[in-house]
Amino acid sequence: MGHDMSEEEIQKHVRIYMFVFGALLTLTVITVAASYLHHVVPMSVSIAIALLIAIVKGSLVACYFMHLIDERKMIYLALILTAFFFLGLLLLPFLTNLDQVQT
Amino acid sequence: MSSEIPYTVDARPDTGLNNVKIGIWLFLASEVMLFGSFFASYILLRVGAAPGTWPEGASILNVPLAFVNTVVLITSSVTMVMAWASLKRKSLSKYKLYMGLTILCGVTFMVIKAIEYNSKFAHHPPLLPSTSTFLAIYFTMTGLHALHVVGGSAVNAYLWGPGSKLWKSDPEMFTNRVEAAGLFWHLVDLIWIFLFPVLYLL
Repeated sequence: MGHDMSEEEIQKHVRIYMFVFGALLTLTVITVAASYLHHVVPMSVSIAIALLIAIVKGSLVACYFMHLIDERKMIYLALILTAFFFLGLLLLPFLTNLDQVQT
Repeated sequence: MSSEIPYTVDARPDTGLNNVKIGIWLFLASEVMLFGSFFASYILLRVGAAPGTWPEGASILNVPLAFVNTVVLITSSVTMVMAWASLKRKSLSKYKLYMGLTILCGVTFMVIKAIEYNSKFAHHPPLLPSTSTFLAIYFTMTGLHALHVVGGSAVNAYLWGPGSKLWKSDPEMFTNRVEAAGLFWHLVDLIWIFLFPVLYLL
């Protein structure tokens, strides 16, 4: 997004920012409302719903506010590598359960 | 031949990106790994806790305050991107307005966080990081995030005040700096988007 932009292009961007802003606020309200679901559905379902909404919100911020949607290939490559190691890090606690060697 | 990385806003022919853009994204990648290690710790502690002992966040923490803070941070992300868009429109006055609002949101977030922390410390008995594993990970993760808000606000304040003098001499480089600061600020917002449900709602 380093290039010069026409007034029309900027206006188009601003409209998208406002739409994303509205979507983020709506999703935040839904997140809080959905948190009360754990009284009627299993906790695992409640966690999945909350994380799914958080992922959608995070994607909106990354794609539109951080302009990832029209970023260069090199940034994507760096982020794919980051995502790989990040997921590995999150899976570590579960991988420890695979170690069933009893000493 | 100089080994110094040139500070220019020109895109490199091989990557199509300027050095600032590559640098800030690599820094953000390291930040993702930093917070990733804490999220992994949270999962390990929660999964490893004895059944029924992990508290529900809402029973200890103040959800309405955290909700307001979420709205404040999302709003600050919009004002930040509007500040950048104002520079693209060549309007320094609009930039100052939006960047000022972003700083105000950052300060508001910290004031609310301070109220929240204070209520924990003033509780009888006090709710401290040493009180429980849940509170230990809560204070660690939100404290680290709050440090990022303070750091980001300091950079934003510099770019709003003395740093904005660069606009007169080199507007393109100044816009580039604001874009880099904005990317960091949006990441701070993005991390909170995950911290809020994980700590407060689940």
